[in-house]
Amino acid sequence: MEPDLIAGPDLIELDGVEKVFDVRKKTGFLRREKHEVRAVDGISFTVPRGEMVGYIGPNGAGKSTTIKMLTGILTPSGGRLRVAGIDPSRERTRLARRIGVVFGQRTTLWWDLPLIDSYRLMHRMYRIPDARYKENLDRCVELLELAELLDVPVRQLSLGQRMRGDIAAALLHDPEVLYLDEPTIGLDVISKAKVRGFLRDLNAESGTTVLLTTHDLTDIEQLCKRVMVIDHGRLMYDGPLAGLHEAGESERTLVVDLERELPPLEVESARVVKVEGPRQWLAFPAAESAAPLVARVAERYPMVDLSVREPDIEAVIAKMYADKSTS
Amino acid sequence: MRVRTGRFRLYAAVARSGFRRYATYRTATLAGVFTNTVFGLILAYTYIALWDERPGLGGYDQSQALTFVWLGQALLTVMALMGGGFEGELIERIRTGDIAVDLYRPADLQTWWLATDLGRALFQLLGRGVAPMVVGALVFDLALPGEPGRWLAFLVAVFLGVLVSFAIRFLVALSAFWLMDGAGTTQVAMLAGTFFSGMLLPLNVFPGALGEFARALPWSALLQVPADVFLGKHTGVDLLRTYAFQIGWAAALLTAGRLLQAVATRRVVVQGG
Amino acid sequence: MDDSVQARNGRTRARHGLAQVRDGVRAYRLISGMWIRSLMAYRLSFAMTAFGNFAVTAFDFAAILLMFSQVDRLGGYSLSEIALLYGATCTSFGIADLALGSMDRLGKRVRDGTLDTLLVRPAPVIAQVAADRFGLHRLGRLVQGAFVLGYALVVLDIGWTPVKILMVPLMVLCGAGIFAAVFVAGAAFQFAARDAAEVQNAFTYGGTTLLQFPPTVFAKDLVRGATYILPLAFVNWIPALYVLGRPYPLDLPTWTAFAPPLVAAVLLALAGLAWRTGLRSYRSTGS
Repeated sequence: MEPDLIAGPDLIELDGVEKVFDVRKKTGFLRREKHEVRAVDGISFTVPRGEMVGYIGPNGAGKSTTIKMLTGILTPSGGRLRVAGIDPSRERTRLARRIGVVFGQRTTLWWDLPLIDSYRLMHRMYRIPDARYKENLDRCVELLELAELLDVPVRQLSLGQRMRGDIAAALLHDPEVLYLDEPTIGLDVISKAKVRGFLRDLNAESGTTVLLTTHDLTDIEQLCKRVMVIDHGRLMYDGPLAGLHEAGESERTLVVDLERELPPLEVESARVVKVEGPRQWLAFPAAESAAPLVARVAERYPMVDLSVREPDIEAVIAKMYADKSTS
Repeated sequence: MRVRTGRFRLYAAVARSGFRRYATYRTATLAGVFTNTVFGLILAYTYIALWDERPGLGGYDQSQALTFVWLGQALLTVMALMGGGFEGELIERIRTGDIAVDLYRPADLQTWWLATDLGRALFQLLGRGVAPMVVGALVFDLALPGEPGRWLAFLVAVFLGVLVSFAIRFLVALSAFWLMDGAGTTQVAMLAGTFFSGMLLPLNVFPGALGEFARALPWSALLQVPADVFLGKHTGVDLLRTYAFQIGWAAALLTAGRLLQAVATRRVVVQGG
Repeated sequence: MDDSVQARNGRTRARHGLAQVRDGVRAYRLISGMWIRSLMAYRLSFAMTAFGNFAVTAFDFAAILLMFSQVDRLGGYSLSEIALLYGATCTSFGIADLALGSMDRLGKRVRDGTLDTLLVRPAPVIAQVAADRFGLHRLGRLVQGAFVLGYALVVLDIGWTPVKILMVPLMVLCGAGIFAAVFVAGAAFQFAARDAAEVQNAFTYGGTTLLQFPPTVFAKDLVRGATYILPLAFVNWIPALYVLGRPYPLDLPTWTAFAPPLVAAVLLALAGLAWRTGLRSYRSTGS
């Protein structure tokens, strides 16, 4: 009856997927030049059922284009793509019943109407059985704290409230996959924590497969065991988060506050990258422990305070990309 | 004195940004010109049929009647007869409560919006007014003024018309303070704007007392008056009297707007924004 | 490929197409129903805007009445004859505007990216776009047109035959179909030119303004354009002139009065094709 379910453990399959855009650029008065932009340039990966994967990369790397192809919004220019056994671009509406999508930058809710109206419409449009709808709505309302907001028109909601409302809307029909495009963008710290907590529980309890794009490394650290990095339309890395640090040969930073201004410190396995009065920044390999370094510094120099900074995602990717292109 | 020039500079900058805001949408302007031209063509033929039946109707000969049609298309967006000026944005700010911020700004609310609207009107005149007029003049025999003085007199009448148009729409927008949704008043204003400005039919074609009445209302300052100046119906002292009519309505309505603004401000302050 | 396979493919495709239409109608009903319910929460405001819509469009007829306060005929036609033309086109346009009037917001949706959110829902995009912000207040225009049409049918002295009687509802429905095609094509055009929403006003509002007056008023080339290029003439001119027993424009043969269903069907099919092409190009180029 359900051939898609026995198709294999992989819910999402991409094989050499490409998306090429023709861009017309103005080169003068009435003169336009046409050139190709390979937004996604041959990407292959699979995501098994129940996994939660981070999909990251700098702006314009091809993240959103990939999500748009996975949801059926955009038609790929080449390669093979399947979600739950369905070709998204050919059977967009059939796929729509089995996936949930949240765009961080724009809402899928009806802007001028109260939140509950959007949910009622989803109920009918997705043909969700009454009992199931009620159960899912009650759970979302409770966990995402929406009770007070149901009668408020969407346009009057704050960004964090709206995001919670959007996530609930994407889950009412029990989707097998949930795509989240920048779900924490522009949210305050508390809202971010709420959204992350909810997603973690969702994945653990319902086994919903989640693919999320983000700029925020903390999203990945707290939610995903596996991370994929895309840049210039190519998959640069696919593996655990810890491995990403190695792959990028990234460095952590030890910030030391000294008693007084000193010339750049000299310690092995670390180098000074910045000096500002009595404060100095030392870079050391991310894979190494900070403890021996701290001990060495404390031994030789008058240290008042210290802190260790994690590498940020942009820096990791930039370094990774630089390494690849020089090799 | 220095404060004055500073103020003037501020509002000039506001007007420039109003101009630029509309100038960015080139395709939209082109689309608008196309639509105005199609409407001009359709209306022109109905006017030809009407003036064929009654030559000299309303004191116009046929080419003057045709000129009126194309002036109407040229000034439609300049005078924002069907809406589309600043008022939608102002109503939205009142509705959402953002207006409270505006009221605490050092700039005067009415003058600020007047400046943006003048910038808009200037763009609409150049971007959407000239092209349909040129098409009209190419297809039909229009009564274009020969002497530069009359063109100048026309531009003055257009400027005064924009002032009256702004004053009316400012009042309409402020009504949102009490009605919480300007949709009703905007619609009524649009109705009055098309009917009593002469857009639907020149006011001098209106029969008897209805014509007298329509010509005395402020909306006639938006299209009927500038068109008559263009057609040379008001010259010499009569031209000054016509300007006085426009200035009179502009002054009265702008003052009314100012009073209403004061009442509204008090209301916002009392409500705490 | 052997014939039976081809036939089966054809049947599958037809069934698929039918299912899509059913889904579309259902989505349209659900979304418009939601907007109507939310409108009804503010009955007074709704009544006011509906009346406003009625009054705005009634002013068009007021202008014609004003013209007839000065003349007895226009282009050789009496007031009641022009009322028939006016009432027919306004009713047709009113139906199309009520059903599809929201479609001119498509360019805006492409610009701000909200079209994407419609593409991830399990319903045809066209139904979602058309039903969005369904404005029941647009009934005002329809009612106004129907009033004038009713008035014309009462005052006109027509030698009614069964065919002529049947022609009136046929004219209104097919006219609505033709205007619906214009709305869809106009929206499809906005896939290519996002800011050009106003272009379609020239054909929708402009079209109905043109059709309010008899073809004798207009230059031959304009009438030719409205017959052969964008066949708006089949909305009301030709069928109404048949009812009135007046000569057709451009010496068209009598049978053309029965062509509106065919014209509407062809135009709707072409508009549907334009829409599909537009949506396909959007899905291959993105925003």
